[in-house]
Formats: sequence, C-alpha cells, structure tokens
Amino acid sequence: MDVVTPFEGIGASVRRKEDLRFLSGRGQYTDDINRPNQTYAYILRSPHAHARIAGIDFAAARSMPGVVAIFTGADMPDLGGIPCGWQIHNKDGSPMAEPMHPVLAVGKVRFVGDAVAVVIAESRTQAKDAAEAINVDYDVLPAVAGVEAAIAPGAPNVHDDVPGNVCYDWHIGDSAVNATAFAGASKVIEFDLVNNRLVPNAMEPRAAIGDFDRTTDEYTLFTTSQNPHVIRLLMGAFVLHLPEHKLRVVAPDVGGGFGSKIFHYAEEAIVTWAAGKVCRPVKWTADRTESFLTDAHGRDHVTKARLALDANGKFLALHVQTLANMGAYLSTFATSVPTYLYATLLSGVYTTPTVYAEVKAVFTNTVPVDAYRGAGRPEATFLLERLVDVAARETGIDRVEIRRRNFIPADAFPYQTPVALQYDSGDYKATLDMGLEAAGWAEFEQRRAEAKARGKLRGIGISTYVEACGIAPSAVVGSLGARAGLYEVGTIRVHPTGSVTVLTGTHSHGQGHETTLAQLVTDRLGVPLAQVDIVHGDTAKIPFGMGTYGSRSLAVGGSAMVKAMDKIVMKARKIAAHLMEASVEDVEFDRGTFRVAGTDKTKSWGEIALTAYVPHNYPIEELEPGLDETAFYDPKNFTYPGGCHICEVEIEPETGQVTVVNFTAVDDVGRVINPMIVEGQVQGGVCQGIGQALLESAIYDENGQLLSASFMDYQMPRAEDLPPVSVATHTTLCTHNPLGVKGCGEVGAIGSPPAVINAVVDALKEYGVRHIEMPATPAKIWNIINAGHKLAAE
Amino acid sequence: MYDFAYHKPTSVADAVKILSADPDARPISGGQTLLPALKHRLNKPTSVVDLSGIAELKGIKRNGDTLVIGALAKHVEVSNSPEVKAAIPALAMMAGTIGDTQVRNRGTIGGSVANNDPAADYPSAVLGLGATVVTDKRRIAADDFFQGMFTTALEPGELLVAIEFPIPEKAGYAKMRNPASRYVMAGVFVAKTTSGVRVVVNGAGPGVFRQAEMEKALSASWSEAAVAGIKQSADGLNGDIHGSAEYRAHLVTVMAKRAVAAAG
Ligand SMILES: Cc1cc2nc3c(=O)[nH]c(=O)nc-3n(C[C@H](O)[C@H](O)[C@H](O)COP(=O)(O)OP(=O)(O)OC[C@H]3O[C@@H](n4cnc5c(N)ncnc54)[C@H](O)[C@@H]3O)c2cc1C
Repeated sequence: MDVVTPFEGIGASVRRKEDLRFLSGRGQYTDDINRPNQTYAYILRSPHAHARIAGIDFAAARSMPGVVAIFTGADMPDLGGIPCGWQIHNKDGSPMAEPMHPVLAVGKVRFVGDAVAVVIAESRTQAKDAAEAINVDYDVLPAVAGVEAAIAPGAPNVHDDVPGNVCYDWHIGDSAVNATAFAGASKVIEFDLVNNRLVPNAMEPRAAIGDFDRTTDEYTLFTTSQNPHVIRLLMGAFVLHLPEHKLRVVAPDVGGGFGSKIFHYAEEAIVTWAAGKVCRPVKWTADRTESFLTDAHGRDHVTKARLALDANGKFLALHVQTLANMGAYLSTFATSVPTYLYATLLSGVYTTPTVYAEVKAVFTNTVPVDAYRGAGRPEATFLLERLVDVAARETGIDRVEIRRRNFIPADAFPYQTPVALQYDSGDYKATLDMGLEAAGWAEFEQRRAEAKARGKLRGIGISTYVEACGIAPSAVVGSLGARAGLYEVGTIRVHPTGSVTVLTGTHSHGQGHETTLAQLVTDRLGVPLAQVDIVHGDTAKIPFGMGTYGSRSLAVGGSAMVKAMDKIVMKARKIAAHLMEASVEDVEFDRGTFRVAGTDKTKSWGEIALTAYVPHNYPIEELEPGLDETAFYDPKNFTYPGGCHICEVEIEPETGQVTVVNFTAVDDVGRVINPMIVEGQVQGGVCQGIGQALLESAIYDENGQLLSASFMDYQMPRAEDLPPVSVATHTTLCTHNPLGVKGCGEVGAIGSPPAVINAVVDALKEYGVRHIEMPATPAKIWNIINAGHKLAAE
Repeated sequence: MYDFAYHKPTSVADAVKILSADPDARPISGGQTLLPALKHRLNKPTSVVDLSGIAELKGIKRNGDTLVIGALAKHVEVSNSPEVKAAIPALAMMAGTIGDTQVRNRGTIGGSVANNDPAADYPSAVLGLGATVVTDKRRIAADDFFQGMFTTALEPGELLVAIEFPIPEKAGYAKMRNPASRYVMAGVFVAKTTSGVRVVVNGAGPGVFRQAEMEKALSASWSEAAVAGIKQSADGLNGDIHGSAEYRAHLVTVMAKRAVAAAG
C-alpha cells in the first residue's frame, strides 16, 4: 500500500480528477450517446402564450419522408400529468390549486413553448420538416405574463379550473404579534421591490433519450438530470405508471444545471413513452431557443415589505407580502421556493423578534418558474439586505453599524428564528470584520474621491447573509408538504486490493464531486486519491439517492458516505483483530493502518481488504466476507452557511455604464474539504449574482412573448463584465453532521446581488436614489442621472 | 437549415452568372450573418454561392489617396493590416472591435456592408469616409448605397466587389455596445476629409445616417466642445428593452465627443 500523503485529504486543494476528461473534450453528455437504430424527436411548440387548440391536422406531415410517428396529447389518455413535488397549504388550511400539467397539451396551450405534438423521424431534420407541415388551428386567447396583471380582476384564467390564477395564498409567522410590534415602533420603513426573472442557461441544453427493450419490458432514459432517482420516481410512478425495476434512468456527464435540471420535464416522459410505442430509441436534444423557452426560469417575485425599528435602530418586526410567479404549470419544486426556501430566511442574520410573511403564488402564461441557484434564499437576501440599507439611510445610522446592532451574536447559537428555522452555528460579526478589512472599507472614501476626480461615480455596498441548505431533514420537509424524503445514500465498495468505488446518490454536474467526495475517503480510510472512484448518475448502479441541489451533496451525501465508512472501518477492525489475535477494542485505525494499541503490531489497509475477499484465515462464524457497506443519512437540520459580501462599483455618468471594480466574499461554509473548489464555487455563484444584479433579465411582453429569448437580447455575464472576486472563508462548524460541513454551491449567488445594488445606489447617492430594480442596466442608470440633472436645473 | 445546392465559383463572372440565373440563390462570404439565419430557418435559398474561392475579391491595397479593400477582407485582416493602420487607423481600430475573435476570423467587410445591419460597425465608416462601393457592374457612392434597415442599392444578383475609401485627414469612431448582443447600441464616426467633415451615426436608428448639425459644428471648429452641446433628436431612433430612443439620442452626443477625441 502506498504511503498516503496528507495533502490529498480534507483541506487539500487537490486538482479536480474529472478535469482531464472535461478539458480534453472526452466528457460523455446525453447528446453524445447514440443508441442503435435510434430515431429523433422534434417537439412542435406553441407560438402563442394562450390559445385553445381547435384542431391539429398532421395528415400531410405523417406521410413526409422519414417520419416514424406523430403523437399529440390525444394519444396519451392513460398517462398522468407532470407532478408537483411539494404541496403547500393556504392560510385557511386548504390545499393549493394543482391543475393538470399534461405531457403534451390537451385542449389549451398556456405558454409560448408549450409542447403540442411530437414528431419522431429517422433524422432530426426530417422530424423538424414534418413538424412544420403540421397545421394547428389555434383560437388565440388573451394572455397574462406578470403576477400583478394575473391577479387583477378580469384577468384571463390560465387554467379554467383555477379562477383568479392563485395557486396558493400562504403565510408564516404570527400576524397578531407582528401587528402589535409595528404598533410600538418608533420608525417604519416601507419598501417595494422586484426580484427579476432569470433564464438559467446551463451551457449544455437539455436532452433525453428513451429506449425500450421489448424482450425484458425494460425502459431506459438517458437524461440531463441533477437527480436521476427522483426522475425515475416521479416519471415512473406518476406519469408513465412504470415500476422502478423496469425503468432505468441515467444522467451521464451533465454540463451545468443551476437547478434547471432538477425538475421532471415533459420531454423525458415523451421520449420514454414514445420509445415503447415505436419500439426504437428516441432522442431529443433542445436547441438554445428551446432552452430559453422551456427550461424552468428562476426568481420573479414582486414584494412589499415593512420593517419596524425602535429608536436605537433595533429591528422590531418585519412584514413581507410577496407575489411569486409560478408560470403556466407547477414545476417539480416550484411551490416550495417562495415559501419554505424563502420566507423562512426572512429573519436573516438579525434578531428581529417577529416576522410575518404572506406569499401568493400565481399562474401566468409563461414558462414554469422553479429553483435556480439559491432558490428562494437569494430573493430573501436581496429583500432584507436592500431593506436594511434603506433603513440605515432613513434612520441616519451607518449601514455597517445598523447590521452590527441587529446581528445574532456568536454566543446565541443554536438560534431559533421566528420563521421556523433553528440556526446551529455562525459568527456574522467575524465574517463582517474580515470582509471590511479585506475590502478596504475604511479607506473607501479616498477611493471615491479619487474616482470623482476621474469623472466616475464610485460606490461600495455590503450584504450580510445567512442561508439554509444541505436539504433536508425528511420529517421536517414532509411536515411542510414535501412529497419525498431528502436523505442521501452512499455505498463504499472496497475492492480486494484495497481500492475503493463509491456509489453516491448525489450527482455532479460541474461541482467537482469526483474529487471532493474522493477526498473524504482518502482522509478517512487512508486510500490514495487515485485509488478512489466516485460513481454517480445511474439508477442501475446506485442504490438510491435524491440528487444534487440546495448545496446538499457534501452535507448530506458526504455524511452518508461517512456513515458507510464507519461501518467499513468497524468491520475492518474486526478482521484486523482476528488477524492480529487481539480484541477489537484494542485495534486502532488511522489512515490506512490498523494497530494493536500500545504495540508495534500492525496490518495495512490492503491486507485487511484482501482478507475480506480471500477469507482463508477469517472469523467466518461471526463475520461475512466482503467489505462493501451502504448507509442512508437523513440530516437532523438544514445547514446554515453565512457571510459577508462587499462590492465596489464605478459608474460612468455619461453612459450609465457600471463596472464592478472589486468584489470580496467572506463566507462561512463550514469545514472546507477542498479550498480551491470552494473558491471556484463561490466565484461562479458571485458571477451569477452579478449577472442578476447588472445584466440578466427574462422579459415577457404583455402578450406573453419572451422578448429576451436569445443571447442577442439576454445578457449572460462575460469575462469582461466580471471583476476579480476575492474569496475567503471563516469557519464555524456545522454541529449536526459528522463532517461539520455546510455547503458552498449557492452562497455566491445568494449573498452577492444586494451587495452589488447597494453599491450602485451608494454610487448614485447624490441623485437621491432610494432603489434601483435589477438588472441595473446603463439605460436605467442614465435615466436616474438624467432625471437628477433635470431636478437640479429646475 | 433547409437543403440547398452549394457552389464555389472562382471568378466574379461565374458567381454573377449563377446568381442572376436564380433569384433565390444567395452569396455567402463569412457566413456570420447568413448561417445563423439559415440555421433558424429564417432563410430558404435554393443555392448558396460561396465567394471564398474568388481571388478578385481579396486583398487590401493603397492606390494613391485611396485605400481599396476587397469584399472578402476579414475583420481580422483589416484590423491587422499595416496599410489600413497607416492610412485610416480608425478603420483598423473599428474592425478590431467587431463581435468576438471567432466572428472577426470569419466575417468580411463585403458581407457586413451588403447586409447593412443598422447595428453594424462598418456602414458608418463607409458613409463617414464618403467611400465608393464597387460592384461587379458599377460604382456606388456611399451616400446612395445605404437605404435603411438591411436595405442597400445592390440589386438582386449584384455582387459587392470592393470598397474604395478616400484617405481622410483624420477620423475617429466611438460606440456604446448593446449590453447583450455587443453590436452597436449607438455609435458615431467622424472624419475630416478633403471634401469636408462627415459625421455618421450608427446603431441608434433604423440605419446609418449623417448628422448635419454636428458636421456643421465640426467644420467650424474641430473639437469635442463643438459637438458637446448638440442634441440628437430622439424622433425615429430605436427604443427597445435595452434602452429608449431618448437614451440612444443622448449617447449620440457622448459618442460624437469621444469620436472627435479619438480622431485627435
Ligand atoms: C456573435 C456575432 C457578433 C457580431 N457582432 C458584430 C458587431 O459587433 N458589429 C458588426 O458590425 N457585426 C457583428 N457581427 C456580424 C459580422 O460582422 C458579420 O461578419 C457580418 O454581418 C456579415 O459578414 P459575413 O462575411 O459573415 O457575411 P455573410 O453572413 O456571408 O453574408 C451576409 C449577407 O450579405 C450577403 N453577401 C455576402 N457577401 C456579399 C457580397 N460580396 N456581395 C453581395 N452580397 C453579399 C449574403 O448573401 C448575406 O445576405 C456579429 C456576428 C456574430 C455572429
């Protein structure tokens, strides 16, 4: 056995094992897979946001070259609708409205891009040609795209059986206690804001291949998913009515998800079902336009908030009313995002004693909205951190000072918030102090003056945040309406010569699990990193799993691995005790070596592994051969990363152009396994946050047409838009998982947007701006500056 | 993309023969505009005539007071050309800011000028320098060539062969990019030429146009201050999700100042 270098274990910035494959173009993505005798699906989509389908004529298309089959919603009477995974209840206790989401439209189309028919042909081009020959007779109906318009009296109903378009009207907190606190306030800040709608834009568009083996009745789906077992469960049980043992779901290499590949999409059901009908593999790959039109979008909240303060600037109460856009149908986790992933975070890092939040989820004629990096927590953080800045300005208290006055102190953990969560650990003052220092906060006014001399408006902004991830305790989420458990599964398979294969129920689509999870094994078992492989993304290989989202892979999946490794080590110690003729209690194990305590008797990891599989000298009466253990881990609580983000911008007053000149992130993500990967994750998240704050916006016109439906009009962040992002960590350990880890996948996107907007507002302070909606585009900023000049001139 | 026939002629005459025989045939140069349109099925030509094999359309040379740039000159070639850099540095600079590296390595001046996208860069230089567009059958003055959004004086089947730029005393260009597409949101090209001062606006309106008031002011005094107070009217300018017509009008003045500063 090799001697293990300590540099590969926990805390080592080892290079990513998967990168050679990715950087040399040898990743295997869904679209890289081709099955023998494969056909191609093209999905005919609605050009209208809202219309009744009076008829579909595909006689001509059916006889076009290469066409194998054409199906519409009418061909699928036995299929279930696309299910929603989380049931929310109204204020009065009744369940939310849950209208049918047919796999292919039946009777009506409800957004531009809604699937109307599928053409299956010998080639993609033939399928597309035939789709163009299908004649759909639409009776176009008035459409509604925005949440406020959708709940206005007389608005068109997206679903005939949901008059008024409200999916649910939910609340959390005690309204009476809240009202009393407001009554005693010395100051109340009222503030309205919008959280802009985003298109996720993973680099790899969605794709799916359905395959059917008529000799075994087995279906296989290859798909761009963050959670193949969840897709198997949702699609098998609810849509296609297939038992799990006859349905295999494979999510091979996946080129980014950011949440958009969590959900079960109609195309997955279409290709799987159609493969059974045509008895041939059916492949579908989205083009970029389809990604814009049909990947679930993110965010899209309209919010009114009120914050009550006492005379010393202490927060007394917060009242929030939010309208959340669900789009036309309920996507898998859509309903949980503006409720349990949003309103429960409205206490933030502050001791606000009462928070009351009311959330109305609303149907519109737009593509469904669901979780997108951060999911609910960026919306909560943006609201709070903008509100706190406004409160600071309007009370005359310094914005750092008002935060300090209201922080949950480091000695108050575990801390019970008024909105259901119990934070286990954190030190917000520490991350703030580190952030201020790293960003040169104290010297900022010099930089502002220097910029002014160059004709630039410079501003600095801060955001201090907490989020809840590592989702999640099954019992808790179950009581809140989740229709699934959120534990994780890990199998540690030790091979006879000591190398290790890990089967994990989490899924890596860019995060580097093949490295980070392997480091856990190296650290605990002493096996060199090169001898540890992580297998994920295939229901035929992995016992079970809930997948990757909500920064849960390490906190939940990694903890499952630790539990499985504990079982392995326990068994291995028994084998070692037998070989060394000692009692188990006396056998110590440390990174690859078993030793009888206080002696120089040792056995190596490799010897024990070999003995487990070649059990010639073995306690066969008490112990089974083999060294292969599985563990399920269900966390006791969420994890609570937090920290401080500071952004510095310069604005060119003539054009309104904002340049982010500095960005400092100090995050507490719990124990850091691989600092380089954490840095990368935080940087990526911050870039998406800057994208949301300054650049990105999904804009529908009043007829429900997506105006920003390509990169010509949707501004993805480019390298030149982004500053160097300085990343530091300050660790308080998670107290309830065995690794002490919290999660780092989403913090960047959660903490950063308000830091950016706070900086922009600060830069424009001489113009008396209270707020700027995201994205703060040059045109918007110029309007403010221009209006300011006019004001001065009058 | 729909099916089409593919031709690769080696002379202008052969290309014109194919194009004039079939009104639905389309020439292709760099393909940076035509290919995306084909991919999105927005265009259904019967045949595509690839000009890349025609030597007559290539090359950049100086003829006395004129710089002649062949239609097939790629953006990267114009940007790096010593002749262009020496004669009209503003043009070389402009070429180096079109799109991204991939686009500059494929896209051509002929394709860009024939296409006359209101948000394109080159048309402003062609009009701003009072250039002459040379086709397979005639010579067209820039003032007559650009006829509004995606419309030019080229007749069906007529090929743009080269552009002749009179070398100016000085010229400058400045633009604000559209935040998403990075095409021009509002740009201004200024030139002091033997036949007078020319100021051309691109990006902001439905096509390139000359800014007479600024031309007059710069003729009187070539300075940033001369244009700083001139307001472009927002009437007829573009307004969209990226900015209003008023914003674009404002940018015209800002970019005019910067273009003058760049010209020196
Ligand atoms: C991502 C991206 C970014 C871009 N950004 C910019 C930008 O910032 N600024 C900018 O100005 N442009 C930009 N462009 C456009 C680019 O400059 C193209 O090169 C240009 O629009 C067309 O040139 P082309 O050689 O590719 O023409 P093609 O696409 O080959 O042809 C364009 C049109 O002109 C016709 N045509 C081509 N050659 C001739 C000829 N010799 N005679 C007659 N007709 C002809 C074709 O039939 C077609 O209709 C961008 C393009 C892309 C893809």
